[in-house]
Amino acid sequence: MEKVDCIIVGGGLAGLSAAYGLASEGLEVMVVERGDYSGAKNVTGGRLYLSPIRDIYPELWESAPFERPVTRELVTLMGDGASTTIELASDRFATAPHQSYTVLRARLDQWLADQVMEKGGMVITKNRVDEILMEGDKVIGIRAGGDDIGADVTIIAEGVLGLLSSKVGLREQPTARDHALGYKEILELPSSVIQDRWHLNEGEGAAHLFMGEVTKGMMGGGFLYTNKDSISLGIVVGMEAMRERTEKVESHTLLDAFKELPHIRPLVEGGTLVEYSAHAIPEGGIAKVPKLFGDGYLMVGDAAGLALNALLTVRGMDFAIASGFYAARAVADAKNRGDCSAAGLAQYEQSLRSSFVLKDLETAKEIPHIMENPRLFTHYPQAVSGLLEKLYTIGPHPSQKLSSTVIGGVRKDFMNARTLKELLAMRKI
Amino acid sequence: MNIEAKLGLDVFKIDKERHITIDVEVCNRVCTDKACLYVCPAHLYEIDDQGNNTVNFEGCLECGTCLISCDHQALDWHYPRGEYGVQYRMG
Ligand SMILES: Cc1cc2nc3c(=O)[nH]c(=O)nc-3n(C[C@H](O)[C@H](O)[C@H](O)COP(=O)(O)OP(=O)(O)OC[C@H]3O[C@@H](n4cnc5c(N)ncnc54)[C@H](O)[C@@H]3O)c2cc1C
Ligand code: SF4
Ligand code: SF4
Repeated sequence: MEKVDCIIVGGGLAGLSAAYGLASEGLEVMVVERGDYSGAKNVTGGRLYLSPIRDIYPELWESAPFERPVTRELVTLMGDGASTTIELASDRFATAPHQSYTVLRARLDQWLADQVMEKGGMVITKNRVDEILMEGDKVIGIRAGGDDIGADVTIIAEGVLGLLSSKVGLREQPTARDHALGYKEILELPSSVIQDRWHLNEGEGAAHLFMGEVTKGMMGGGFLYTNKDSISLGIVVGMEAMRERTEKVESHTLLDAFKELPHIRPLVEGGTLVEYSAHAIPEGGIAKVPKLFGDGYLMVGDAAGLALNALLTVRGMDFAIASGFYAARAVADAKNRGDCSAAGLAQYEQSLRSSFVLKDLETAKEIPHIMENPRLFTHYPQAVSGLLEKLYTIGPHPSQKLSSTVIGGVRKDFMNARTLKELLAMRKI
Repeated sequence: MNIEAKLGLDVFKIDKERHITIDVEVCNRVCTDKACLYVCPAHLYEIDDQGNNTVNFEGCLECGTCLISCDHQALDWHYPRGEYGVQYRMG
């Protein structure tokens, strides 16, 4: 059996980040990617939070093909026929170094693959790994296209579905309760139109999230990110939430309905639809993170459930890149010591625990439970928008005193035992 | 734009070998919910004239939602072979 120092299953951000680290250390690394190129199979919202990972691979980001730094943050709570938008224009977000950038994966992942190859790493595309090879509990390599290739360490970066790793018992199969479906359209718009429409200075970008009616009250939300000369418009919806809804909704129709809303139509007006894509998202939080390492292997990125949907912030790419970085360090050290057993690789989990990756997932451990509460996506968006709508309404009848409208609305929708209990629960976030 | 037209914008390299196979007998015998029919973002599942579940695997976006959402293990689902399936140009 042919053998290399390290094989990486999957050339997405997690796998490529690990490969870059290993190739930089002069190790023999081989990434196997099933797409025609890295990124060909990958989908994100998306924006990459660069702040948490800027200092790992500091030399890299200067040349990265980012779309726009996000300087404007918007969130819309959508009730039935009325919605409330909150906008944050922060001077800090508008000043370099920017904390986050919008990205397109086909561009970003291909660029990272190029950087890996420049460092001497191998990225073999158009090849599906068919099997992870085991010898007892030890991972010894892979089978792809009928060939067996051995490795001292195999890094599993196959993404959210974990098809190969669950087959050999390294993790569980994904369940509907812990996963969401994300899908989106890319609509091309001239860069000047994007800047006018979202009130942006040249080169700056906006991120806009939507909650409530957009998913017909199901767990999830809508998103809109401005790229250089396109926008990414999409929906995330919990798989279990789709099945639990009494009146079933065909998922693809949600996005069409979203685009048709009177306050969304002018935003997408004139946009040329160029691509439609879909992908699963891990949302089980830290409770669903599998064993991260064992004899001869490490798990990184979505394959290890390292993603975090905290409603206003959605993160997975920064976790993927950071876990790849720490995996590379652990493998390089293990190789130096000549011990690629579980004990030799244990440093990987320790470094994730002392970094933001497992710390942030730990901090957010209650979020999956809180998000399971459907009232977050039905009652609250409606209550906020309903109250504001009342305040802004001048009808044919004499108006109520402002204070009694507010107090009445707050009492009805927020000062009841159930809501208070929910708000108390939210303190845990 | 309807869903077929949307899929028409994507680049697909279609394999002769199907990557999703349905155990129709299971669908008919035990499944009342038929989640695959409404969860699929590409709307590829359909009950045919004989009342059997079918999937147009050629338009598959490879999201895995049908696989995760089917409670009855009726799907034999794997990624298309290397070189085949959807190839996103933007992602
Ligand atoms: C709609 C949506 C919106 C999101 N929004 C955001 C956001 O705004 N910000 C953010 O940070 N995160 C976001 N995420 C999450 C983020 O995209 C993921 O966490 C991230 O892509 C994970 O990277 P990864 O490298 O672990 O997995 P992937 O990108 O899925 O990479 C896995 C790779 O493995 C390859 N592969 C799989 N199986 C095989 C095999 N058998 N053989 C060979 N190759 C194989 C695949 O082709 C792929 O290239 C979003 C996700 C979705 C779907
Ligand atoms: S959900 Fe599963 S069992 Fe039910 S119809 Fe679909 S494939 Fe068949
Ligand atoms: S993987 Fe996704 S796109 Fe393909 S058939 Fe299943 S649900 Fe539809």
